[in-house]
Amino acid sequence: MTAHAPQPRRLRRPLRFGDRARGWTYALPTAAFVAVLFILPLLLVLKMSGSNWPLLGGDQGINLPANFTKAISLEYFWPSVWFTIEYTVITTVILLALALGLALLVQESSRWKNLLRTAILVPSALGLASASLLFYVLYSPLAGPFAGLMNALGITFLGSPTGALWSTVFLIVWRFAGFYMLLMLVGLQAIPGEVYEAASIDGASRWQTFRGVTLPLLRPTLALTTVMCVTGSLLAFEQFYILTKGGPDNSTITVVELIYNVAFQGQNDLGVAGALSVIVLVALVVINFFQIRVFNDKDAA
Amino acid sequence: MSASLSRIIHSSERRRVIGAEPLGRAATRAPYYVVTGAIALVFLYPLLWTAVQSFAPQAGTNQSKGWGTGNYVTLANYQSGIGVYFANSLFVSLLTVLLTLIVSTLGGYAFARYRFPGKNVLFLTTVAILMVPYATLLIPLYVLLSQIGLANSLVGVALVLTMFQLPFATFMMRISFESVPKELDEAAMVDGCSSFSVLWRVLLPAVKPGLITVGLFAFLAAWNDFIAPLILLNDSAKQTLPLAISNLRGQAQGVVDYGATEAGVIVLAVPCVILFLVLQRHYVRGFMSGAFKG
Repeated sequence: MTAHAPQPRRLRRPLRFGDRARGWTYALPTAAFVAVLFILPLLLVLKMSGSNWPLLGGDQGINLPANFTKAISLEYFWPSVWFTIEYTVITTVILLALALGLALLVQESSRWKNLLRTAILVPSALGLASASLLFYVLYSPLAGPFAGLMNALGITFLGSPTGALWSTVFLIVWRFAGFYMLLMLVGLQAIPGEVYEAASIDGASRWQTFRGVTLPLLRPTLALTTVMCVTGSLLAFEQFYILTKGGPDNSTITVVELIYNVAFQGQNDLGVAGALSVIVLVALVVINFFQIRVFNDKDAA
Repeated sequence: MSASLSRIIHSSERRRVIGAEPLGRAATRAPYYVVTGAIALVFLYPLLWTAVQSFAPQAGTNQSKGWGTGNYVTLANYQSGIGVYFANSLFVSLLTVLLTLIVSTLGGYAFARYRFPGKNVLFLTTVAILMVPYATLLIPLYVLLSQIGLANSLVGVALVLTMFQLPFATFMMRISFESVPKELDEAAMVDGCSSFSVLWRVLLPAVKPGLITVGLFAFLAAWNDFIAPLILLNDSAKQTLPLAISNLRGQAQGVVDYGATEAGVIVLAVPCVILFLVLQRHYVRGFMSGAFKG
């Protein structure tokens, strides 16, 4: 890096036509993708939610409050909402606590810790579907490595609602721990070393340093990871679709799985699916708004 | 902040922070190695077990006598032949990578170097894609794509996957261009380069690390995506690899071929794990960039 002599700040150039035109030319592909594949579908889902729209029949006209009342009175609406919330809370708490612990464990650099970090990150390279298929075999009472154990105990991992929930949580923690660990590491590295030195000069114990220095200074990262993890978990689909198919006894149907089922499996009602989608969209905006508020409030306190 | 995690990962410099161990004797550190070794094993075991098991003899599969590649043979002969699904996946992934690179390079260049009306609105809208639930957009996209003749089309899937990559990719390319000094373009312009040849000849080599990161994330996302092909493709010969392997389980009268499923997981996972191990530094850069802060 060469040190530049301080220069007088250049005058802001007026917005010339050539610049604008060129700027727009380069931005055009982005604008086209965003307009056609993001804004348009967003408007379309709003329209669907207010229309009578069978999968194969197309738009059959306005059906406004009916789609929403139908959506809420679906047999599995409330069970799927509660299950999704339960799953989200469990996953977020375990995943973030573990990710932070692992980040603290591997944050310094040494050959062994670099290997450890790579080992923890390898599952993150796998797709969620691949990971789910992998655990589908692993949890199998016939072919999995725990088949003997399951036979001896007379249980199957995916056989009971509680077992299915926790087995899925384990799969997700395995798949995402490295991902969130990396985000935590980025946050930890942003904490200046002097703060720790000051704490150690003051004679703070490790636990006091963690409580008094690391956690508060990590708040932006904790906010980010919480929002990401909550959003991701509320939208859970693949893991349950592949691992449990919503079972046993429809106990593990998530909200997104319900939307998928209403749209493509049986009812084929895009109007009601659209209404459900709008409900999820609004709920997520509200939830994320409050999460960010909570993290900011703590900041002010 | 320029202290990058990759530097920390690749340097031997040790920061003394909490958790730093002052005791260096092997005997006192043995429990530490046992515990951390066990942690590493938990993360590696499922994949290693599946890799070994896919070649191991197991009852009820094509590989019931001795070790061998019987499960891979079953997989190869599944329905349209696994080659077709592999090719579909490769096509969708490479097209997604190509489109993401082109669109985000041009867009990132525009956002980093030009002022134009609507710039901030466009950038924020692009980033907002992250905040909208993926699955809820796919149903209207299904309707939309069939209206523009891209129903049941691998190109349609790649277009959708590209759109979902744009928030990360555009952000990444924008900061990559912004970190290149403006003097470089100005010097090239003085030498008579057009704005496009500045981008192509001068800036592109300078943002290569950003391109690799964007390409890697796009490939991993597209290769592994399940829900977009599930909703957007209905022809069984058009399926991508994750879908085909998921469907393969439900083959012969409710009897799951676990051996072929294991082989399928390995075929799915190996390209990703290799890419990840080779490009780990670039993967980590994606996290360092702040692109996940939306």
